[in-house]
Amino acid sequence: MSIPENARKYWRANLKYLAVLLLIWFAVSFGCGILFKDFLNRYSLGGFKLGFWFAQQGSIYVFVMLIFVYVWLMNRLDKKYGCNEPNSRKK
Amino acid sequence: MSVQLWTWILVGITFALYFGIAIWARAGSTKEFYVAGGGVSPLANGMATAADWMSAASFISMAGIISFAGYDGSVYLMGWTGGYVLLALLLAPYLRKFGKFTVPDFIGDRYYSNTARTVAVICALIVSFTYVAGQMRGVGIVFSQFLQVEITTGVIIGMAVVLVFAFLGGMKGITYTQVAQYCVLIFAFMVPAIFISIQMTGNIIPQIGMGGRVEDGTYLLEKLDTLHTQLGFKEYTEGSKSTWDVFAITLALMAGTAGLPHVIVRFFTVPNVKDARKSAGLALLLIAILYTTAPAVSVFARTNLIETVSNQEYTALPQWFKNWEDTGLIAWSDKNGDGKIQYVNGEATTGKPEFTKARGASGERLIANASAETNELYVDRDIMVLANPEIAQLPAWVIALVAAGGLAAALSTAAGLLLVISTSVSHDLIKKQLKPNISEKGELMAARISIFVAIIVAGLFGIYPPGFVAAVVALAFGLAAASFFPAIVLGIFDKRMNKQGAISGMVVGIILMLFYMIRFKTGLIGVMEPLPASAWWFDTSPEGFGTVAMTVNVIISVIVSRLTPAPPESVQEIVEHIRIPSGAGEAQSH
Repeated sequence: MSIPENARKYWRANLKYLAVLLLIWFAVSFGCGILFKDFLNRYSLGGFKLGFWFAQQGSIYVFVMLIFVYVWLMNRLDKKYGCNEPNSRKK
Repeated sequence: MSVQLWTWILVGITFALYFGIAIWARAGSTKEFYVAGGGVSPLANGMATAADWMSAASFISMAGIISFAGYDGSVYLMGWTGGYVLLALLLAPYLRKFGKFTVPDFIGDRYYSNTARTVAVICALIVSFTYVAGQMRGVGIVFSQFLQVEITTGVIIGMAVVLVFAFLGGMKGITYTQVAQYCVLIFAFMVPAIFISIQMTGNIIPQIGMGGRVEDGTYLLEKLDTLHTQLGFKEYTEGSKSTWDVFAITLALMAGTAGLPHVIVRFFTVPNVKDARKSAGLALLLIAILYTTAPAVSVFARTNLIETVSNQEYTALPQWFKNWEDTGLIAWSDKNGDGKIQYVNGEATTGKPEFTKARGASGERLIANASAETNELYVDRDIMVLANPEIAQLPAWVIALVAAGGLAAALSTAAGLLLVISTSVSHDLIKKQLKPNISEKGELMAARISIFVAIIVAGLFGIYPPGFVAAVVALAFGLAAASFFPAIVLGIFDKRMNKQGAISGMVVGIILMLFYMIRFKTGLIGVMEPLPASAWWFDTSPEGFGTVAMTVNVIISVIVSRLTPAPPESVQEIVEHIRIPSGAGEAQSH
């Protein structure tokens, strides 16, 4: 079985993106919101203690942004490697 | 107009809307029934996913739970949103490219084994049934709270409604009803939150109001922390769970979210891989609107509650207090006989309050099971969202809106789950295993019959909730994390993963999770009473044990797969194929 060189490159780039994005995912939730919460709580953001803010607000905002960054990165990658599918939806 | 009249009107209008959509979106083929024809736009799918995802628990209970748990409640906020990142990055695009109807389809084909498919079907059924039972109960409770009908009648009305749009329209009907239900539930959640935020902090955005200042110029959260300390509670912004347990629960909820079959199947309904990614992002954005507002509601409601009741004369309390006391969700026993509400840390009653028929000196309902602790007030957590508009003295239509929103949340989730159950039976069991040459029409009929049976069973669970169901609903996530999540992720990212590895991992994972849950939540194994926290393995609560069971699943899968032969070439080609998005085509019935 031979895997086209392009497919391999595409997959490697995808894995690289995933690693970076998941690292951020882990850092904001498990890092800032849980493991380092007590440390961050010494600082504040308006009326929020910072660690508490990450746990109940900040991490969620970052999650949303992460997915959209992923969408953007992957669309770019698809275009580069020509696996951009035709839009099959009408309109 | 009275609250009750408003409630009937709003519930009536929304139900008529759902029926109309159901008739408009009738399904004619199995493809329409299972995946809505595979032509749903990313935005519609995002809205449907969000409604599917946000259940009665998210809408009614979550803000209340956080209100009483403070920082500890963060596990739900992060867990139930962070899972979408995993879903979008690790699962949705690849499963869409794979292009079949169900999660067991993927497991069965990727692991070239009907045993694997059957294990996946069983896991899907266990997960979905534990979850759906709670939804039907939720429908019954909302009806009984707001419309003064028996819980049983409420459950039956709910069953009838779900039956119509799920039976007629399958995934197509469900998808478009869920779009409407999302709009109803998010509107119903945001309106009271915005009103209260303006009242308390002068800020129109609840997420900002939560960190804003109250009238006397102190920060709201600071004030709440002070109130908590004065009354002997742990500070609101600090937790009482161990860091490890918070970590474990959050991770289990995240992986469980990504592994829930009724959420995954939604991504089979969009036209292509690109749309699957985008749709996951939109779904999370729409979910985040509620999930970032909920903690603000928790803070407002908690502060409001303490300020309204603490150290006040019972006779001087507002009417809502007495209304909710009548429904049994609030109870007060005047332990020191001063006629004032003593609300401090501790349990006011032993278990749920048991009311006697008599009234006390101040006119309160007497309870038979008051505890020896100083605290005099029992407040059910669900009340924080349901009573919030009343506590804040909002107009009647806002209160009625909350009822319509709660119903939309419970019904949409129930419908999505029931569809997964029926698909598992008609497609994965009947079509794929028992009767492969069944006709399209026959399969569609089988799907409709199984959804009918599933609704009856779910309804019975709702009417006669077995004690263990209530205790394990939240653990459906642990089950999904311990079974599906690793099998799917490894199936995509580890080409060497074979059927022996995946099957043994799933079986060990789900059995371990079931065992732990039954052992520590119901006491059916070993001792009679649920065991105390000190007996937990690795200091992990049953809610967080999904993380442990998932880790065990992964380790076993990897070890077993490396000791057994590699999967056949054709399967490795499937893996190569799903990793590249081009040519996703349409969902295939092959």
